[in-house]
Amino acid sequence: MDNHNNIHSLEMKFQSKIDAEVKIEPKDWMPEAYRKTLIRQISQHAHSEIVGMLPEGNWILRAPSLRRKVALLAKVQDEAGHGLYLYSAAETLGISREELFEQLITGKAKYSSIFNYPTLSWADIGAVGWLVDGAAIMNQVMLTRTSYGPYARAMVRICKEESFHQRQGYEILISLSRGTEEQKKMLQDAVDRWWWPALMMFGPNDSASTHSEQSLKWKIKRKSNDELRQDFIDATVLQANYLGVKLPDPNLKWNEERGHYDFGDINWEEFWAVVNGNGPCNKLRLKARKKAQEEGAWVREAAMAHAEKRAKRKAEKVA
Amino acid sequence: MDKKEWPLWEIFIRSKSGLSHKHAGSLHAADAEMAIENARDVYTRRNEGVSIWVVKSSEVIASDPEQEYMFESAKNKIYRHPTFYDIPEEVGHM
Ligand SMILES: [Fe+2]
Ligand SMILES: [Fe+2]
Repeated sequence: MDNHNNIHSLEMKFQSKIDAEVKIEPKDWMPEAYRKTLIRQISQHAHSEIVGMLPEGNWILRAPSLRRKVALLAKVQDEAGHGLYLYSAAETLGISREELFEQLITGKAKYSSIFNYPTLSWADIGAVGWLVDGAAIMNQVMLTRTSYGPYARAMVRICKEESFHQRQGYEILISLSRGTEEQKKMLQDAVDRWWWPALMMFGPNDSASTHSEQSLKWKIKRKSNDELRQDFIDATVLQANYLGVKLPDPNLKWNEERGHYDFGDINWEEFWAVVNGNGPCNKLRLKARKKAQEEGAWVREAAMAHAEKRAKRKAEKVA
Repeated sequence: MDKKEWPLWEIFIRSKSGLSHKHAGSLHAADAEMAIENARDVYTRRNEGVSIWVVKSSEVIASDPEQEYMFESAKNKIYRHPTFYDIPEEVGHM
């Protein structure tokens, strides 16, 4: 068998495993493109968890009560953990942590464009938990069934932790909805600003999405961008009604025939502008990551020096 | 970067006494002690564990997934399972 035929038969075997719902594990043979797609997607996901801490971290010191503060602190801490689970999953594919950080800081790798929007008021923290974590959960629940084992396992762990994020956000909004006129206004304003960017989190329409088809065939994704977006909208309208907020879309209405909500057009120009670096906070976010990386360098070095000293001391004791 | 990077560790958690340690994930740390501390912080934030093992990832020796024949011989040995044997119902549970 020549090399070309060999690859072809490996690919056939690979796809038949996927079709039979057998998970792919790190040392298994996989097509280079599958590996590349996963590294891109998982690292992008990891970076999103890490950069996602920034807009929320912005409010930890200004949380209105101790209850809110410990909740937000715990949530942001969870997101750091999510970043770690995902970086580890990406590393099983043969890329190093340093390389991954490098790609984030140089802008070579993307992260979810939602985190390039600012958190202007306390209501934004509620809206982020409700809508941004809510949209992320839709995507992540699907990914617990992704074909790559380490990615799927990271997602199971993440989903277990994620539900409190959405609930704490929604609880913040319930408080505001029962508050003063000013608080109600704050709530509506936050929802007005976060609704559309949250819908953009699912990515371009299926017809315009370049990676979708192959990803579905490889079962990296199990549902398309548009399906997930629709699921999210259908689940969220009722929750919005309970809060007494108006979702900022005049075309949003129940379609009896489809059994789904219809909704208006998404501003894809805005989406691409933010993806390409021109959102309100892109530069700020990267600057903060770069600063953390640089200013943390001495801590990483000190830990290593400490480890070496400790090992030496142990060795001397034995001798 | 000429600085040495933190090695990777595999983390195993015992969720409660009486159960085995189970692989939870991995993380980077400068040494074993710090790996245990980091594992406590990321993998047991919600009382998921009462004991932690850490093993340097580079020291795990794994079987080769290409050598599928390793597990072939057990596949057709159905007589190793209790259901292979016919016991009349009257005898009761066995
Ligand atoms: Fe997360
Ligand atoms: Fe979250």
